[in-house]
Amino acid sequence: MVCQINTHAAYLDPILIRHRPSDLLQILILAQDHYGYIHSDAIDHISAALKLPRSKIEGVAGFYSFLHLQPPGAYRVLFSDNITDRMSGSVALMESMCSQLWVEPGKLSEDNLLSIDTTSCTGMCDQGPAMLVNGLAINRLTQDRANAICELIREQVPVSAWPAVFFSIEDNIQRRDILLDSHFQSGSSLAALLLRGTDETLQQIKASLLRGRGGAGFSSGAKWELCRQAAGDARFVVCNADEGEPGTFKDRVLLNNFADMVFEGMTLCARIIGAKKGFLYLRGEYRYLLNHLQAVLQRRRQQGLLGNDILGHADFNFDIDIHLGAGAYICGEESALIESLEGKRGTPRNRPPFPVTHGYLNMPTVVNNVETFAAASLIALNGGAWYAGIGTGASSGTKILSVSGDCDCPGIYEYPYGVTVAQVLDDCGARDTQAVQISGPSGVCIAPDEFGRRIAFEDIPTAGSFMVFDKTRDMFEVARNFVHFFKHESCGFCTPCRVGTSLLSNMMDKLANGYGSPYDFAEIEKLNALLQSTSHCGLGHSACNPVLETIAKFRPAYDTRLAHKDFVPSFDLDRALSQARQMTGRNDTGAHLERSQD
Amino acid sequence: MNEPAQPKLRVATTSLAGCFGCHTSFLDIDERLLELLKHIEFDRSPLTDIKHCGPCDIGIIEGGVCNAENVHVLREFRANCKILIAIGACAINGGLPAQRNHLSLAEVLEEVYHAQHGLVDGFIPNDPELPLPLDKVHPLHEVVKIDYFIPGCPPSADAIWKVLTDLLDGREPELGHDLIHYD
Amino acid sequence: MINTFTLDGMSIPFSEGQTIIQAAMAAGVYIPHLCFNPQFKPHGSCKLCTVKVNGRQSSSCTHQALSGMVVESNTTQINDERRMLLQMLFVEGNHFCPSCEKSGNCQLQATAYELHMMSPHFDQFFPDRAVDASHPEYLLDFNRCILCSLCVRASRDVDSKNVFALSGRGIKSRLIVNAKSGLLADTDFCGDDKAANVCPVGVILKKRIGFAVPIGQRSFDEQPISASPHPVMKEV
Ligand SMILES: Cc1cc2nc3c(=O)[nH]c(=O)nc-3n(C[C@H](O)[C@H](O)[C@H](O)COP(=O)(O)O)c2cc1C
Ligand code: SF4
Ligand code: SF4
Ligand code: SF4
Ligand code: FES
Repeated sequence: MVCQINTHAAYLDPILIRHRPSDLLQILILAQDHYGYIHSDAIDHISAALKLPRSKIEGVAGFYSFLHLQPPGAYRVLFSDNITDRMSGSVALMESMCSQLWVEPGKLSEDNLLSIDTTSCTGMCDQGPAMLVNGLAINRLTQDRANAICELIREQVPVSAWPAVFFSIEDNIQRRDILLDSHFQSGSSLAALLLRGTDETLQQIKASLLRGRGGAGFSSGAKWELCRQAAGDARFVVCNADEGEPGTFKDRVLLNNFADMVFEGMTLCARIIGAKKGFLYLRGEYRYLLNHLQAVLQRRRQQGLLGNDILGHADFNFDIDIHLGAGAYICGEESALIESLEGKRGTPRNRPPFPVTHGYLNMPTVVNNVETFAAASLIALNGGAWYAGIGTGASSGTKILSVSGDCDCPGIYEYPYGVTVAQVLDDCGARDTQAVQISGPSGVCIAPDEFGRRIAFEDIPTAGSFMVFDKTRDMFEVARNFVHFFKHESCGFCTPCRVGTSLLSNMMDKLANGYGSPYDFAEIEKLNALLQSTSHCGLGHSACNPVLETIAKFRPAYDTRLAHKDFVPSFDLDRALSQARQMTGRNDTGAHLERSQD
Repeated sequence: MNEPAQPKLRVATTSLAGCFGCHTSFLDIDERLLELLKHIEFDRSPLTDIKHCGPCDIGIIEGGVCNAENVHVLREFRANCKILIAIGACAINGGLPAQRNHLSLAEVLEEVYHAQHGLVDGFIPNDPELPLPLDKVHPLHEVVKIDYFIPGCPPSADAIWKVLTDLLDGREPELGHDLIHYD
Repeated sequence: MINTFTLDGMSIPFSEGQTIIQAAMAAGVYIPHLCFNPQFKPHGSCKLCTVKVNGRQSSSCTHQALSGMVVESNTTQINDERRMLLQMLFVEGNHFCPSCEKSGNCQLQATAYELHMMSPHFDQFFPDRAVDASHPEYLLDFNRCILCSLCVRASRDVDSKNVFALSGRGIKSRLIVNAKSGLLADTDFCGDDKAANVCPVGVILKKRIGFAVPIGQRSFDEQPISASPHPVMKEV
């Protein structure tokens, strides 16, 4: 026993020495990296070292999908379960791997070697079907590739020795505009800031009319100014790279190619609000980017663009830490993200107060999306008026879309705001389009008669997800996939969303299984209303959107599911007798129940 | 309740996976039963000898659904009764019988017929006369649509009286603080 | 000058920093609630206390009172929503009131009476949850936990013990205790803890005193919860 604890101390102590108790999530991630899972004795050791109760540590570990308190097997295969992955064949591939490797989905194999399960969208929709193996992304799965992976697992080849080509990730930048085509020089925006002065730079950000790219579209200049004015001993800049909204992958490409612009935007913000410390919260699914991003940060320190005395200014000190997420979409919500940064369960806070006044460690904090910070760098360089002149009246600048689904050229498309849905569809080579889901499951579903509408805050606002469905797709199944996503990602804090997303999933499954009637339809509508009005945060508010939207626009996809005139049970009564039939060996008519008689 | 000229309402009652406690409570309305009988007549019920439910105005069911026969009876009631009332905790949320729901039926049958002390060579009865158990016990409203619920284990005679008289008088049934309870 | 806001047409005075529900309770007006307890920091998770503030839905236990705001609470629409939330809580766990020691003293049950919840309406989840009977004096019946976190707050903020915590996520959220074995007996929990006496439902129960108070004399037999939301419980 003592020896056990020492085993854990050996790898935990070097981790613990580099972290504070508020870094608990990062500590747990590193501990798991080392040991494969978070051992009960490791929790004892962390608990003693950080003086944190064990219940708190288990509570945090239990929240995040990618953390394990039990041995998860040497190979952990997670299939990305976005609708686009399904459309490109992920379900059959997963079944095939499960049967080849003799393992039930979601369970540890009998020899404890592996597990195969699904996970929420991994942000590779332009190159799916995608999976994570021990946290690393493998895309463009085919039957051949799946077979090869089965073989590697069977031979117990360590993942580090798998063919590198499996892990290659494409950028697929299909259309560039001011941001993606900017040939940004690192340090140039900071130089412009120092030349222009802090106040004037803030004025330029305000004049640019830049609005947040993470979804809500709050004025970035106003946010920075509020934070700057808020009382507090310290201030923080947080870059939201949680990018969890299914179908969104533009932040991944930005961080891969334009990390300097993003970090520079954060540094500008720090100068303006007076922050010394910043965080990039990187979703666990993108951890393959970690080394690259650390290297960029290191280079920027060497270039005098981060750290103390930035560009020689004695009062300009700022540095950035990268925090990893661990499989929790809700941590993209800014207050849940801050809780997670503080090493807690990612539960959204009560708001107000908002992060601008009470954020990280209760101090004034700016949280912005990756793309927002990149745009801020451009604005500092080229001026607010220039930026405001691009796009539409209420939506200045450009928007980067993540295009996926039924089209010839999925990938990243940058457009000035105001581009029509039809234009995007044309550019990406979409044909026979039935629908476009814009801004992910929480967004809107657009039917062909609306393809003339525009991507802009005043028409269709979006965080960037643009999923295309052609006429062969079943829009009911699209909505059902999204509803299951919300159920899986509900944080569980508030009653309506915790229970309601499960009820909604069950009802959609009931329809899918052929037990639907107008009764269930009315039930779904009642749930919609409840979730929208009583949920604690945006996740619950929008959890019904996919159903509402598809009911409104693709009603026939539902009508075929309403097989019954009146209520029937959500389960098969005859099947409910099958265990008893088996145990008694009976098969007479009395041992069966006919389906409901309507 | 003062218009006896109207035709009497037909009422059917039954107990599925229940203990007849709710029926007993129904009888506890005592002398008011005579008053009630001026307005209603019983169809299928433990109080009559009618074996199958005919067209009725009101059906009252106690107990949850735990086997195939329960399903048949429940469907018969739903098909014949204009208003169906679930009465008592078991009908409403499965009650005591549903406490087996976290076990698999196989485990339950094994335990009852094989493993239990004193059973020699126990076997699971397979007589076609016996209804087969469902893998889970269900409240009534999970199997058919239910119009009204009278909670309680059992509900008080007053609560039953109140709901029935409300219905007879064409009011929405409503139980006040003193009449609504779950135990 | 006294600050006031309007609640269902009544003028409610409040002092700086009070939330809507605090001011309402002080004025003797009941707003349904479960995760709120005047002795602890509000949590805002059950959503039973949802009201409309100037036309927008909000949780009255966390929403600061402001002068002149117009609050609606006792309306058909809001009560219908509250009833649905209760039904969700009932189907999420396993609530068999007839065999529950808390029956008659239970805030979930009493609130459901108050809001005329006649059935759980949805399909039961019938989750498989354990009972922890390891402790010599106390029992934990997780089947009835509504995840209100009152015990978590009491143990952390008052007892300074952290005996309880929430783990899991979403519908798999669950209450855990502070012990490697996962058992209450192996924590420093004791009957004098605040946490031993805050559970609004029948999870944290003192052993061997169940059903001590006869039916008819229990806290919410005598008065509806709206008349006395936090009575001194008679079971102890
Ligand atoms: C459930 C939920 C998930 C979110 N996920 C993200 C995300 O992954 N990335 C992001 O930038 N914003 C996300 N947001 C929005 C953030 O809360 C926040 O508004 C945003 O990061 C602010 O940055 P911006 O002003 O630059 O858009 C999410 C919001 C909700 C309610
Ligand atoms: S709405 Fe959902 S995600 Fe948001 S706090 Fe409630 S349970 Fe958590
Ligand atoms: S906790 Fe309350 S609602 Fe649940 S079974 Fe006990 S008395 Fe009933
Ligand atoms: S045990 Fe009781 S007090 Fe604790 S979270 Fe559950 S319901 Fe709330
Ligand atoms: S009492 Fe306000 S949310 Fe629970």
